[in-house]
Order: sequence, then C-alpha cells, then structure tokens
Amino acid sequence: MSEVPKALLEVRQLTKTFSVRSLSGQQAVTAADRVSFDLRGGEVVALVGQSGSGKSTILRVLAGLEAPSEGEVHLHGKPVLGRGLRPTLAFRRSVQIVLQDPFASLNPVHTVAHHLERPLLRHRLVSDRRALALRQAELLASVGLEPTADFLLKKPHELSGGQRQRVAIARALAVTPEIILADEPTSMLDVSVRVGILNLLADLKLSRGLSYLYVTHDLASARYLSDRLLVLCAGRVVESGPTESVIQEPAHPYTRQLLAASGLH
Amino acid sequence: MMLLRGIWDSRQARLGLALLALFAAVAALGPFLTRDPAAFLADPLLPPSAEFWLGTTRQGQDAFAQLIVGTRSSLGIGLLVGVLVMSIGSLVGLTAAYFGGLVDDVLSLIVGVFLILPGLPLAVLLAAFLEAGPLTIAAVLVLTGWAWNARVVRAQALALRRRDYVLAAIALGEHPLRIMLLEMLPNMTSIVFSSFIAATMHAIGAQVGLEFLGLGDVSQVTWGTNLFWAVTNQDILTESWWTILPTGLAIALFGFALAQVNYGVDEVTSPRLKVDRAYTALVGQRTGLRRLLTPVVLARSDADRERTSA
Amino acid sequence: MSDLESRLSGGDEESPLLSIRNLSVDYVGRSAVRAVDDLSLDIRRGEIFGLLGESGSGKSTAILAALRLLPPPAVIVSGQVMFEGVDLLTLDEGALRRLRFRRIAVVLQSAMNALSPVLSIGEQITDVILAHEAASRGDAWARAGELLELVGIEAVRLRSYPHELSGGMRQRVGLAVALALRPALVVLDEPTTALDVVVERQILQRLAELSHARGFSILLVSHDVSSMLEFCDRLGVLYAGRVCEVAPRADLESGARHPYTRGLLDSLLSRHQAGTRLVGIPGAPPDIARPPSGCRFHPRCAFRVDLCEHTIPPLFAPAAGRALACHRPLQLVPPDVDASVPPRRTP
Repeated sequence: MSEVPKALLEVRQLTKTFSVRSLSGQQAVTAADRVSFDLRGGEVVALVGQSGSGKSTILRVLAGLEAPSEGEVHLHGKPVLGRGLRPTLAFRRSVQIVLQDPFASLNPVHTVAHHLERPLLRHRLVSDRRALALRQAELLASVGLEPTADFLLKKPHELSGGQRQRVAIARALAVTPEIILADEPTSMLDVSVRVGILNLLADLKLSRGLSYLYVTHDLASARYLSDRLLVLCAGRVVESGPTESVIQEPAHPYTRQLLAASGLH
Repeated sequence: MMLLRGIWDSRQARLGLALLALFAAVAALGPFLTRDPAAFLADPLLPPSAEFWLGTTRQGQDAFAQLIVGTRSSLGIGLLVGVLVMSIGSLVGLTAAYFGGLVDDVLSLIVGVFLILPGLPLAVLLAAFLEAGPLTIAAVLVLTGWAWNARVVRAQALALRRRDYVLAAIALGEHPLRIMLLEMLPNMTSIVFSSFIAATMHAIGAQVGLEFLGLGDVSQVTWGTNLFWAVTNQDILTESWWTILPTGLAIALFGFALAQVNYGVDEVTSPRLKVDRAYTALVGQRTGLRRLLTPVVLARSDADRERTSA
Repeated sequence: MSDLESRLSGGDEESPLLSIRNLSVDYVGRSAVRAVDDLSLDIRRGEIFGLLGESGSGKSTAILAALRLLPPPAVIVSGQVMFEGVDLLTLDEGALRRLRFRRIAVVLQSAMNALSPVLSIGEQITDVILAHEAASRGDAWARAGELLELVGIEAVRLRSYPHELSGGMRQRVGLAVALALRPALVVLDEPTTALDVVVERQILQRLAELSHARGFSILLVSHDVSSMLEFCDRLGVLYAGRVCEVAPRADLESGARHPYTRGLLDSLLSRHQAGTRLVGIPGAPPDIARPPSGCRFHPRCAFRVDLCEHTIPPLFAPAAGRALACHRPLQLVPPDVDASVPPRRTP
C-alpha cells in the first residue's frame, strides 16, 4: 500500500458526561472519556466492553442522538459533530444505525412497508410510487426476506427476532449510507439465528463497500466480523489494534477477562 | 385499531358503547321528535302521565322534552371539552417529553401552574364574569382541565422517548412533529383514550355543576339549567321528583357508560385483567392476584386434551 | 426399572435426585398451546446439569412447572416429578412450601431485583433462615455472614442495602439466599445476562466450586451455550418443547448426535476457526402454537427423511446418562457430511 487512505470517520477526544442525581447529591458520570479512533472505508471496527463501559454511549453520540460534551467528529475531513455542531440531513444519509433490541427497533403499529418507506421519502430518494415499491422490494431481498410482497404487509409482532433485525438493517440501508453503527445487533437473538445476521452484515459490507462500527460485549462475534478492535473500560480505550493480534496477545488484564468471559481462552 | 378491537372484546365495553350510541341518537334526533321544551303547554307540576311522560315543570313545560333537548347541549359541550383537553394536553405532553431539557422544564412549569389553580373556584369566577353560555363554560373547563391531561401524556411519552424505534426515527432525520404524532402517539392510544374519557366525564359533571349554580345561560335548555330551574322553583318542596330525578339519572347513566368503555380500554392495556374463561373453566378458579401453585390437570386421553382447548 | 429408566438416570447405584417423567405443560387460552411436550429428564446428585434451549424451547416453562411456580394460564397436563421419593405434582401448598428453599432453591432471572429495597441484605437473609428453621437471630445473622463470604462478599456488607450494591453483587446475594438452608438442588434460571459477563462468569465458577465442595446439585437453565459448556457436567437440549439430546459435556464436544445440537454447537462463534465462515442453522425456532408435524426440527434439518415429517422421534438411551430423540442420529465421528447445505431457505 503506497498511501494510507484518509480515514472516513475521525473521532477525536470524544467525551460524554452525564450529571446524575443520586441520594448523595449531584454527580458527574463520565460515560466516555477522551476516546479517539479512526474508521476507514470498507473496514469494521469493533468496540468491546461490558455494560457500563461507555460503548453504547459512544455509538449514540456518533449517531447524532446525543451531543458530545467534548471532542469532535469529522466525516470526510469535515467536522460534523461536536460543540455547536448539530447533525445535518446529509450526515444522516451517511451514518445509520442498527440497534440491539429486535422487539423495540421497529414501531409496533407500523408495517414493514412503512418502515422502509420513511427513509426513502424523507431523503427524497425515489421519484414516484413505482420507484418506491421497487426499492422496497430490493431492500427486502438484499436482507434475505423473501417473498418480499408478503413481508411488506407484516407488522413487527408477526416477525421473528431475526426477521425484525433484518428489517432494521434494510431500513438502515435504504439511505445508502457509508457507515453503519451497530449496537449489539445479535445479542438478543437466538444463538442459531445470530450467525445468519452476522453473515448478512459481512456480505453487505463487501457488496456495498460499507464500514461498520460494531459495538458488543462478546469478543467472539467481534472477532468474526471485525478488522480492528478497541477495548473499552469505564469509558476509556484501554487497548486497541488489529483484531487477531489483540485476541492472540492481549496486553491489558481487562481484555484478558473479556476473552475468558467470551469463551475464547 | 387494535385498541378498538380490544375494546369490543370486553362485555362491559360493549354495554357502555351501546348506551353511548343511545345517547348519541337521542342527542341527534331527539329534539325533532319531542315538543318544544320552552313552551308553556299545560298545568304546572303535573306528574308523569301518558301525555307528558315526565310530567310538567313549574312553568307548565314538558319535562321530558327538556331532558331530551338538554342532552344535545350537555353531551355536545362535554365531548367538545373532552376533545380539546385531550388535544391540547397531548400536544403539550408530547412536546415536553420529546424535547426534554429546557423545553420540558418550561412546559412542565406551565402545566404545574395550571394544575395548582383551583379548578372549580376559578371556573365559577370566570363564568361569573364572562358572557354566560355553554361555550363560555366550555372555554373555562378547557382552561382548567388541560393540564392534568398534559401531565399524564408526558409521563407515558417519556417512557416511549427512549425506545429504539424512536431513536431510529431520529437517526433517519424525521421531523420532531412527525415523530411525536405518527411514531409515539399511536403507541399511546390507550392512555390518551382513557384520559379523554375521564376528561369528558369530568366536563359533563363540571358543566352541570356550573349551570346548576346559575352560571350558565339559564334561558338555554341543558341538563344543568333544568336542574337549576328545578331548584329555583323549589320542586323538592313540592315533591316534584320528575323534574329532578330523570336528569340526575341521565347524567349518572352517561358517566356509567363511559366508565364501562374505560374498562374495555383497561383490559387492552393490561391483558391480565381479562378473566380467562378457558382457564377458569378448566381449573375451577379465577386467575386472581393470589399466586397459586401451578395446577395439575391430568388429561386422561386425547379427548380430554381436545376439551382443554376451549 | 425399565432399560430406558436405568439408562436415563445413568444406571447409578443411587437413584437420581430429581426425576421428571413425561411432563407436559399447556398454556390455556382461546386454544391450548403445548409449551412442554412429554419431557423426561434426570438430575443426579452432585452434578451440574445444564438445560439448554432457544426461544420457545420450553426450558424455563418445564422447570418452573416442575416446581409448581408457573403462573396462570399455565396448566400441567401430565407427568411426574419425583424429588427425593415424593411426586411434587401431588403435593399441597404447605408441603411444597416446606420443600422449597429447604431442599430445592430457585434463583430466578430477576433475583437481583427481588431484594426488598427497605431492608438490609443481612436482614433479608436472616429472614429466610428464620422462616424455615428455629434458630436465634444471632445465629442466623452469623450464618448470613458466612453465606456472604461464601459467595465472595465481605461479611461487613450485611448492613448494606440493595441499592448500595452493584448488579453483580445483588446477584450474588440472591445466590447466598438460595444456599442459606443448604438445599440439595439449586436451580438457576438464566444466570447470565449481557450486563456483566465477567462477574457472572466468576459467580458461576464459585457456584461450581461450592457444588463440588458441598455436594449439592445445580440445574442451570440457559440459552448461553458457551458458558453452559464451560460449567456443566451434563447438558440437556430442548427444542420446541421436546427433548432432543442429553449427554455429558465431553460427548457433546467430541460429537453431538442430534442435528440440532450439532448445528447449535457449530453456531458458536467462540469455537470457530479464524477466517472460516460459520453457517448456523437456517430458519428460526418455530411458533409453539403451530409446531411442525413429526419431528419439530425437521424443517430446518439437513439430514431429514420422510419419516421425520410424520413421526415424532421417541426418546431412547444410546448409553448410560444419555438420551436422544432422532430418527437418524449423526454418527460419533466428526461429520464429513456438509452440514452447511441448507435444505430450504426459510426466513
């Protein structure tokens, strides 16, 4: 490689603090502490850590759902998130999310068709009804939900957990994003269904040139999907590097604990 | 839509809806089918008879006609207030919950102020100063009633605000108003409906109360003014129950009908309230609050097993 | 004892601690849904048994039903649950209450939320002890302290309130309460959540150590295959309310014989070789209200034959302590058969 490609997403000193009212008075809780990393095109970076490690907070900030307390985020070299910066519609086209709970990621009162229609209409990605219908069918096919005509009319409660996550992925794909932020997309699914979803994500990455930020507590799935790994403990990055080397030779004791807990020794 | 089907499932709700339909029919068609309630038609204070089903008032007016015609105004105002209270309250509650932060603080402060205001005294005061009439009363009741609704909606909306599908909608770039009305509100129909019913019940009671005190337009025919005149004419002293009791019963019956529909709404929100007839039939006891041992009902044969699938 | 009987229980000199036979549980409603169908299982003394299954497998339903803890509209429609010579399904409330916690302790999934916020944990543990045994408060308090130490919490925390403890610690307190009366069997329903994997693993480790030291049996009910494989001596796999396979851990690791178990183990991300692609099991667990005919796994099975579609495979015992319900069980050698070929893509 003659030239290192400029990173797609640059996260610099990202910090998020919450003030929590507890019985002992007001306290500032630092959920994310000066986190910095890059995400390149076509790459999967995994953020691993336990509940409370701040990984979900970081994902939410990067998704534009929460404002960072300190730090900046650049997309294609331009600042998009940070003090005084609010996420634009263009940002929302580039960066999409897939969340953890298949039972909550889709609105129970709306059909699958509605879920896929909204991003297409909001971002004006289709010109008429026919184009819309075509695109919806295309999206469902790309996540393996066929026959597409049947699935469009279904409501979330008629779908299995794995199917719901597929719809959530299709929804994220609708705006043709460059980056997908995935927060534990398989942890609430049955074991035998997980692999299907992870394979789908891997295939989509290759076919569409996507980058992922994959947040999880399970190092085994991080190893399956990701190229690079960041280990988070109490909001701080304690170790990072190429996935395979971090797993083979963990430097930090917390990483070793996580490895053991994920069944990798 | 699930809500409507769920309500239909409940026997009590069906009864309530039937009664409400009856009231609606009376309100809509009644005035065309009865005599003029304001006309002086016969001797005063005649007891109920074949000619005058509820007798006559002190002025010799047809009490039955007064009841029927009064339905339209009272129910109409009651429902109007209910709808307005629900709309304003829901909008404020949703906005406060969605935006949080400063917006929530300001809105909650306003809601708090309105909640502290003593409802009935304020209503009496306003009705006394403003031009008398049902619309004034409606305005007054909306002003004093929307805040409670707002608080209830806000609480429920706060719970929904953190749901993943709302976050996904935000991440897709949807407009806040669209998210509030089309993503969050449809998931709150039970509570909105419930508080609408409560607001309507309260409105009818308060309206009747204000008019009873003489603060309405006493020349109009409503349930409340009927009662006002009955008291002013000292009908109790003359034991002319037919000018008072029927109106009172009508109010109570309407409240009862609304309460029954409310049961249906409750059952939709908490399915556990539904008495499971199949279970009761099989086990011989209700699914009460007391935790029993899981019952052992041995199906001796396949025939038995078919029987258990009620 | 029939041949099946003796093999199910491992043919040991002792009879099993808990012996479930032909247990069926229905959820009664507009139509009855069979959540557990004809389940037979044994738990031996001193063993750590893992009941494994995905959603709809009926694993929690089965165990809670066996202990009569299932709320309405669940109804037990057949079976026998023998514990220390007594059929739990025939006991009345009083007898069962005496048995619970004394001989069988249950730690439910939400155990850490089951602690009362207004009492110190010391008080709560002593309450449990005093409710079942005649002891002085002082003695009970001392025992509570020992129990906390046993699960890895300093005895000084006896005076703490639940909200002052972390989630992991509260779970340990739940465990301490379970062990308070020295039960013969400790049942844990979904002991691992995604909250604190490191701590939960430590808790399970501690529990396994205690079991080996004190000789009580543990029944773990979970969907977390990898942690079950790490801690359990024997595992039972449920699918759509029926038993697929029961086997010692070593046997499962060297070669599971039921296609579902094999598929499940092959889905384990922690076991795959780097760079290869896992297949998982195509399709999804069925809706138990409308189970497939015959063998419930057949729509997703790469090895099915016509028989599998019509006939429910009976449970048989290929060896002591093992059970299998399959018309065409896989051979013991690791398969060369390409189990990755999915029969039909069912979403």
